[in-house]
Amino acid sequence: MDFASILRIAGRALKRNKMRSALTMLGIIIGVAAVIAMVAVGQGANEQVQEQLASLGTNMLFIIAGSHQAGAVNFGWWAVRTLTHQDEQAILHLVPTVKAAAVQVQSRKQVIYGNNNWATNIIGTEPAFFSIRNWDFSSGGPFTQQEVELSDNVCVLGNTVVENLFPYANPLGKTIQVGNLPFKIVGTLAPKGESANMGHDQDDLIVIPYTTMQKKITGQDWVQLIIAQAVSRQASTAAQQQITDLLHVRHRILPGQMNDFAVRNLADIENTAAATGHIMTLLLASIASVSLLVGGIGIMNIMLVSVTERTREIGIRMAVGATEKDVQTQFLMEAVVLSAIGGFTGIILGVGGSRLIATLAHWKVDVSTVSILVAVIFSIAIGVFFGYYPAQKAARLDPIEALRYE
Amino acid sequence: MSTVSPILENSRNVVAAATPVLIEFQGVYKIYDLGEVQVHALRGIDLSIAKGEFVAIMGASGSGKSTFMNLLGCLDRPTRGSCFLEGTDVSQLDKTELARIRNRKLGFVFQGFNLLSRTTALENVELPALYAHMKPEERMARAHEVLALVGLANREHHFPSQLSGGQQQRVAIARALMNHPAILLADEPTGNLDSRTSVEIMDIFQRLNAEQGITLVLVTHESDIARFARRIITFRDGRIRRDEQVTGRAIAAEVLPNLPTVDEDQD
Ligand SMILES: Nc1ncnc2c1ncn2[C@@H]1O[C@H](COP(=O)(O)OP(=O)(O)OP(=O)(O)O)[C@@H](O)[C@H]1O
Ligand SMILES: [Mg+2]
Repeated sequence: MDFASILRIAGRALKRNKMRSALTMLGIIIGVAAVIAMVAVGQGANEQVQEQLASLGTNMLFIIAGSHQAGAVNFGWWAVRTLTHQDEQAILHLVPTVKAAAVQVQSRKQVIYGNNNWATNIIGTEPAFFSIRNWDFSSGGPFTQQEVELSDNVCVLGNTVVENLFPYANPLGKTIQVGNLPFKIVGTLAPKGESANMGHDQDDLIVIPYTTMQKKITGQDWVQLIIAQAVSRQASTAAQQQITDLLHVRHRILPGQMNDFAVRNLADIENTAAATGHIMTLLLASIASVSLLVGGIGIMNIMLVSVTERTREIGIRMAVGATEKDVQTQFLMEAVVLSAIGGFTGIILGVGGSRLIATLAHWKVDVSTVSILVAVIFSIAIGVFFGYYPAQKAARLDPIEALRYE
Repeated sequence: MSTVSPILENSRNVVAAATPVLIEFQGVYKIYDLGEVQVHALRGIDLSIAKGEFVAIMGASGSGKSTFMNLLGCLDRPTRGSCFLEGTDVSQLDKTELARIRNRKLGFVFQGFNLLSRTTALENVELPALYAHMKPEERMARAHEVLALVGLANREHHFPSQLSGGQQQRVAIARALMNHPAILLADEPTGNLDSRTSVEIMDIFQRLNAEQGITLVLVTHESDIARFARRIITFRDGRIRRDEQVTGRAIAAEVLPNLPTVDEDQD
């Protein structure tokens, strides 16, 4: 039989039980829509993480003051106070693959302006910090190297702090209280929003010279963190090794001894995040695929019912000359038409649903053509796979018995 | 229709050389094995039917008539023996080849009509042509032709549920004629019809037999109906009990005017 006739007969058979066909398709529709929407959400989240990691800075390396082990007790990060500004200077000048570096000292304090006060994170650092981390200013600019050397009371405010302390006024040039010290505001940072992975507010901070921090607030002479920028992405692995070697020498760590620092490479973190993201997407897609599978079983179920109901029709067709292959093709085509229509409707719904999620939840979603293509192929494959057994059953019927079937 | 070749190859057929043999059954047995019991539906059928014959099969219920028709109709294969159709032993063919023979050589008419419901008369009639890969234009033309032949030119777009029993049976006959079959097989075609409508169906059969040379084999329980055939074969317990030519054959066209009109299926 020609393809057009097969298609027409299949279409008519499905129209005969409109409600039933529609409900059967619904399984595939939901399955395909779910797969497309889930993959879109997963990939969108992935991209967002990558973007935010990129916003942390380019080709960044973190040198973290190490943990200290005394017997069985591990005191955690920053328990060892051996990382210093001298280390940072050594890294900057002796490691050829590093082009910029800055120390970072952290604390938490109450900040006050007029009647408003706010508890926030204080970061003590150097001017290079802002360029390494790609932080933009909405007004003013970074403090100067001279202000660092003089341990001046100057600060740069994050957007959350600006909103809480200066709901109406322009903060630039004003003086705020940090603890009980006055600090002059030299700049405000452009808002960065919540970070994707931890959900913490990246704008809730103020930045001051590390010298001011060490001398006037914490009284410490060590630093928690050194951030360094490699000359290129490819160089960051080499930089990581060179920094480690340098600090080994400077800290007199013998082979076999534990490091009192750790060097983290942002490129590694990006790769890990990307891998995690892919696993996440895969997980979402496989959960959604389960509904596609259930949809396929629904098709098989209905096709089996249909074969039984239409036993007599099959008998008649065989009597007038339909071969086993003709009958099989007919029922297979019905299953494929069901799943294909379901698949296409599912694509429309999946793309629409993704857009809706994007606008309602303000998530980044990314509908990929690959996932649409896969959905099309998959839904047709489901029709063939789950339609095969019922079609086979129809084709194997004995014409005499089929004709006698009531 | 083509003249049958195996006349020279098969010495048994030399006797019948004048009218070529179309159907030849040789020692045909059909045994249904039901595990505990074996049902001997046919116990050695030897029979030949020439091209252009009009045969009525009679016999008590369970005597094996339908079983015989199923073998003749290539819907089933014998347990033993050979069934030749135009010289080919169909008992040796596979399912696909049997389907092809049903499609090209045979036409079926059933007691229960067996039309596809919710499918128009025209599309029902077209069905065998679909499986014969006939071109759409040719198919349409032929469907119109055969529907006109059975007097249903004006009922093409009716569904079976909108047709009377007699009309449905005529659609079934039209369908059977679709692919120019050599043989028309009818198992109790008038079993569900009143006597006048039955005679109308017999009229169609007689015309097809006389005008188109189609060989007819018809199962019936009614001797009145059997008298429209030229030859009556009587079955009993799976064997042929009697095989005789009809004397004083009834002609439907002559009988019809004398029958009371039932204004059932004329418009
Ligand atoms: N599929 C089957 N399985 C088992 N036995 C069968 C089967 N078909 C027919 N028979 C048996 O074969 C015998 C002949 O049956 P068949 O249908 O040929 O009779 P029939 O002459 O057509 O009867 P009727 O006039 O009632 O239609 C019966 O005894 C019947 O029970
Ligand atoms: Mg019978």
